[in-house]
Amino acid sequence: MANVLPADVLPADATPVLAVEGLRKSFGTNEVLKGIDLKVGAGERIAILGSSGSGKSTFLRCINFMETPSAGRIALDGTPIGTEGRNGALTAKSGELRRLRTRVGMIFQQFNLFPHMSVLENVMEGPVTVKGLPKAEARAKAQDYLKRVGLAEKADQYPQRLSGGQQQRVAIARALAMEPEILLFDEPTSSLDPELVGEVLDVILGLSREGRTMLLVTHELGFAYHFATRVLFLHEGRIHEQGTPDEVLKNPREERTQAFLHRFSAFHF
Amino acid sequence: MQYVWDFRPVWLNFGVLLEGLVNTLKLSGFSIGLGLVIGLVLAMGRLAPTRFLSIPATAIIEFYRNTPPLVHFFWYFYGLPILTGISLTPFAAAAAALSVQSGAFFAEVFRGGIVSVERGQWEAGRAIGMGHAQLMRRVILPQAFRRMIPPLMERSFELVKTTSLAATLTYGELVYKAMVLATQTYRPMEIYSTVAVMFFTVLFLASLGMRAVEHRLARRAAR
Amino acid sequence: MNYSFQFGEILANGDLLLRGLKLTVLLFVLAFSGALVCGLFIGVARGSSRRVPNLIATAYIELFRNTPVLVQLIWFYYALPALSGWQPTAFTAAALGLFLNTSAYCAEIWRAGLQSLPAGQWEAGRAIGMSEWQLLRRVVVPQALARMVPAFTNRGVELAKMTSIASTITVQELMYEAKMLSTQTFLPLETFTVVAVIYFVLIYPGTLAAYALERRLNSKGA
Repeated sequence: MANVLPADVLPADATPVLAVEGLRKSFGTNEVLKGIDLKVGAGERIAILGSSGSGKSTFLRCINFMETPSAGRIALDGTPIGTEGRNGALTAKSGELRRLRTRVGMIFQQFNLFPHMSVLENVMEGPVTVKGLPKAEARAKAQDYLKRVGLAEKADQYPQRLSGGQQQRVAIARALAMEPEILLFDEPTSSLDPELVGEVLDVILGLSREGRTMLLVTHELGFAYHFATRVLFLHEGRIHEQGTPDEVLKNPREERTQAFLHRFSAFHF
Repeated sequence: MQYVWDFRPVWLNFGVLLEGLVNTLKLSGFSIGLGLVIGLVLAMGRLAPTRFLSIPATAIIEFYRNTPPLVHFFWYFYGLPILTGISLTPFAAAAAALSVQSGAFFAEVFRGGIVSVERGQWEAGRAIGMGHAQLMRRVILPQAFRRMIPPLMERSFELVKTTSLAATLTYGELVYKAMVLATQTYRPMEIYSTVAVMFFTVLFLASLGMRAVEHRLARRAAR
Repeated sequence: MNYSFQFGEILANGDLLLRGLKLTVLLFVLAFSGALVCGLFIGVARGSSRRVPNLIATAYIELFRNTPVLVQLIWFYYALPALSGWQPTAFTAAALGLFLNTSAYCAEIWRAGLQSLPAGQWEAGRAIGMSEWQLLRRVVVPQALARMVPAFTNRGVELAKMTSIASTITVQELMYEAKMLSTQTFLPLETFTVVAVIYFVLIYPGTLAAYALERRLNSKGA
């Protein structure tokens, strides 16, 4: 297997922002992740590709413990998350989980905005309820982030009045408002109408220019090429190939990767 | 404070409690049967196209659904004889009150089941030239019936619990027998605990049975 | 069958019935408000994936739903003094019994309401670091409540009817006063007719409200 070792990417002495070791996840008897190792340096942007069932979403969801890993280790800034239980599974106390999630933001395929709150309230919710910020401060911050995703004028609307693309941009603002160290995007454009995909991708590209550490699961290969500093191709619960976008997307070494890319025949960089 | 449980009086008189349970089930069975008939009549009345039927049927249904059963027990036992000159036995009064009240609830289940069948089904039947009765029998009721079974059973369990109120008319069902035993033996705690367990056993087993039926119905509907 | 009704005498004793009515309303308010809150906790436990809380909540709910409320009230009336040494008044025993009974039913409504919310809402809350209670309070309950109001209203109607059973353990509420009045006046037909109408007037608006809420909910497609 032609893995680009993390050591090739990171400066030798730097502590990775995120380190994953031997990550496994099973649902019942079905093992979805079969041992994943990954080190992510500060400012890296990682695109995760793979056909459905390859485990790419599960991998992302294990990082912030939306799914509890069945085995392996996850460390943020060198500090391990959770403790290993008797059966090898990681367990984390609820307080630790909450702290983890304030440091790792997530954007969902289905946006999952809170329908009973206005756009502004959605973005303020985390800072006020979880971080205990004073409301005035949280409001100013929320307005700031809404401006960043180009939706300042929608602050007082309710989510159901917005288009899918706008809802996803609000969801990004909601994640940003927590000022996380890492952002996870779980197929952020998969449930959008084609004409709405662009506005969301533009926002994400904008974030990449700020030097944020991001992991993105996507089917938009063209976007992955422009967005990522590193591309992972997952197959059957393992990292099958990884490297720079040029390496993986233009000159894939592995047959599976080639076959996967080949299926997107209308794919141009 | 330590309460010393003594279940001996319960075991010595268990036959009396069993007799009470049999009477409870007798009253339940009779009232459910009669209630279903009354419910069907009320539902047809409420769905009838003429207001002469639908208004009185609706009034009876709503009145009985929104008043406590205990009032009806007393009304049938103490009030009705004055009006008709016929005095009812405790069993008859309890059965009458229970049948009419559960009939009102059953009627709503029947009606709900029938109206829940999509308009398209009615239209499809009419489109191939079916009359009202044919449509009901061949298309609507078979579909509605399945949806009615769980709430009908649910309501019947409610009725079984409500039969306990017949104790206030001195009908010898389970709670009344328990009251008598309690005053004879001075062991109300043990006796009422046993009675609770007996009710629980009957009703819990019945609801397990209902879940099995629901499961079967759901599976058949999925096919 | 030419009985001449004598409603006048019953209405002349209206103050007696009114006194009973006050106690009926008090029973209802105490039991219902308590059960709405307590039901949430039991409902959360019932929906929990942890075994012990789940088992306790399930047992509690099944126990109260599968025994007659009359037996429950009598049991509390006798059991509390025997087990705790504390002798409650008939009213306290009845209020407690009705509260515990209604809590079991409310718990099932809460559980269904909480489960009706899409999983994504829970995930979104967790993803920004909310605790389970913050999630319930800020995200889940505000959204689920609207859907649960018709079911709670129906439960309130059932409870209002149930309060009459308190008369059997000598709580002097409406039904108890009615029995007294009927034996004093020898007019059971009139008494129980009037009392039935009082209950109906009291309870029917609740049912109408539940109908209206359900219709509004259905038309919103929620």
